[in-house]
Amino acid sequence: MISIAQQRNRPLAATFAFLGNASWLVKVSAFLVMALAVLAVFGPWIMPFDPGEVDLTNRLLAPGAAHWLGTDHLGRDILSRLIAGTRVSLGAVAISLVAIMTVGILVGGTAGFLGGRADQLIMRVTDIFMTFPTLVLSLFMIGMLGTGLVNVIVAIALSHWAWYARIVRSIVMSLRHRDYILASRLAGAGRVHIFTEHLLPATLSQLLVLATLDIGHIMLHVAGLSFLGLGVMPPTPEWGVMINDARQFIWTQPLLMLWPGLALFLSVMAFNVMGDAVRDRLDPHLSAEHVH
Amino acid sequence: MKLLRFTLKRLLFLIPMLFVASIAIFLMLRLGPSDPAMDYLRLSRVPPTPQALENARQMLGLDLPITVQYFTWLGNALHFDFGVSYALQRPVLPDILHYLPATLQLAGVALLLTLAVSIPLGIWAARHRDGLPDQFVRLVAFLGVSMPNFWLGFLLVWLLSIELGWLPPMGRGSASQMIMPALAIAFMSLSINARLLRASMLEVSGQRHVYYARLRGLGAGKVERSHILRNALLPIVTATGMHIGELIGGTLVIESIFGWPGVGRYAVSAIFNRDYPVIQCFTLMMVLVFVLCNLIVDIVYAWLDPRIRLGVEEKA
Repeated sequence: MISIAQQRNRPLAATFAFLGNASWLVKVSAFLVMALAVLAVFGPWIMPFDPGEVDLTNRLLAPGAAHWLGTDHLGRDILSRLIAGTRVSLGAVAISLVAIMTVGILVGGTAGFLGGRADQLIMRVTDIFMTFPTLVLSLFMIGMLGTGLVNVIVAIALSHWAWYARIVRSIVMSLRHRDYILASRLAGAGRVHIFTEHLLPATLSQLLVLATLDIGHIMLHVAGLSFLGLGVMPPTPEWGVMINDARQFIWTQPLLMLWPGLALFLSVMAFNVMGDAVRDRLDPHLSAEHVH
Repeated sequence: MKLLRFTLKRLLFLIPMLFVASIAIFLMLRLGPSDPAMDYLRLSRVPPTPQALENARQMLGLDLPITVQYFTWLGNALHFDFGVSYALQRPVLPDILHYLPATLQLAGVALLLTLAVSIPLGIWAARHRDGLPDQFVRLVAFLGVSMPNFWLGFLLVWLLSIELGWLPPMGRGSASQMIMPALAIAFMSLSINARLLRASMLEVSGQRHVYYARLRGLGAGKVERSHILRNALLPIVTATGMHIGELIGGTLVIESIFGWPGVGRYAVSAIFNRDYPVIQCFTLMMVLVFVLCNLIVDIVYAWLDPRIRLGVEEKA
């Protein structure tokens, strides 16, 4: 067994040890996640066709030798569009999560540090954001900001930060009167220093657990908004947009809506399984509450 | 009696909450990056000359201080006047009230479906822990949490309407037209609920009072009904409160697939157009619906949990 201290210094070895002991489901999911990451980064070199290339002579082709998954109503290659969609989807999720964590850390850290009235006020606002379903909140935010991918990311960040802020605040609250924090203050450390050096690292592992668990949810969110026509706009290859494009052909070409949905479903599933595995690993007391 | 007072107290608390929500909604929309007067001209197809902009500003009252604007809006809203849609040039509230019942009906059916399927599934899985039923429920939950609801809607149409011809693919009117949309909306919530109930039942059944009930010689069925299930349902009530929001959100998305004449399409086109009066009224209606749903969930919780019903917690 590798001790925790050793694992901290050897993240790669720790990851392999973790995966070596994992169930087949986690292994398959880890493989899928890595494949998605590769497609997102190297997609343009892997995809067989230009995902935006319209070819009206080859519309709605069935899966075949040239176009493995067929073509859509404008003759664009489905497989290439699916691969291009990986980058949009994962990119949107990654940027959203960074934004959510930033807002969560800033708001939660401020509330936990200041305490008293300011904390009460901030937590009331947080409660309001947690009362409403994220979809309705982000619909409202898009109404305020306008449509498009950037605004969708802002809307998702604005509707999800509250959970993160709450965790950061509770950890900061529980730690700020510990001896080592007081010692650091006595030694002349400023508030920002204490927060970034002593408090932030303690919150990060829990935030990461929450973030991995949220990846699937946010992916569904982005695709759902794009499906409604409020997110990514049509010529851009995105899975939700592709499902929306395919709906008019459901009677004649049902496979057209099968592929992007399957890509979305499998990706969300892989990230959900990884999220559970990471949570069991980093935050055992969360899963200990469940009866297995 | 206690329950009645609890309910009244919570109902009174709604008024300041709605007031705060209305301020937040109004301010956020006004402080957003776009100019309502420009949006008004765009949606009324008037060329945005400086003169037209100035006229629109005056007509919409945008030249007044923001507090005056808010209180004018609030005063009208209290008389059920939420303004006129920029795009449709029709009063907003009647339109929303026309579409909203269909949305609430579908979300309500989805909620009933969630409970009607997840509770038996959860009990079944807990009874046969680690057996075949448990594995089945685990599989359903595994699929459910990752399934995009709108894609599930299309899959159902493909399978049940196009391939098998069993159910009508769209429309509203008969009960058979409700099955597929309700299932697509409810699938995620019901699979989460079933797993939650299973875990909660197994946890409760390990507690001392259940052990004691068995020692007293009570039958397995009686123990399960009155000692395990009743306690195990409490987390389900809380979870259901959270699922209601997801169900209504899901309904807004799913409606367009099944041609369900709900508020979803109306709201989405208003959001797309930045039709402020509609967005304001729609968001406030949603706030009202959620707050009322949460209130109902709290009342059910208090009714199920004697510690709250009898006011033990108030003294503690």
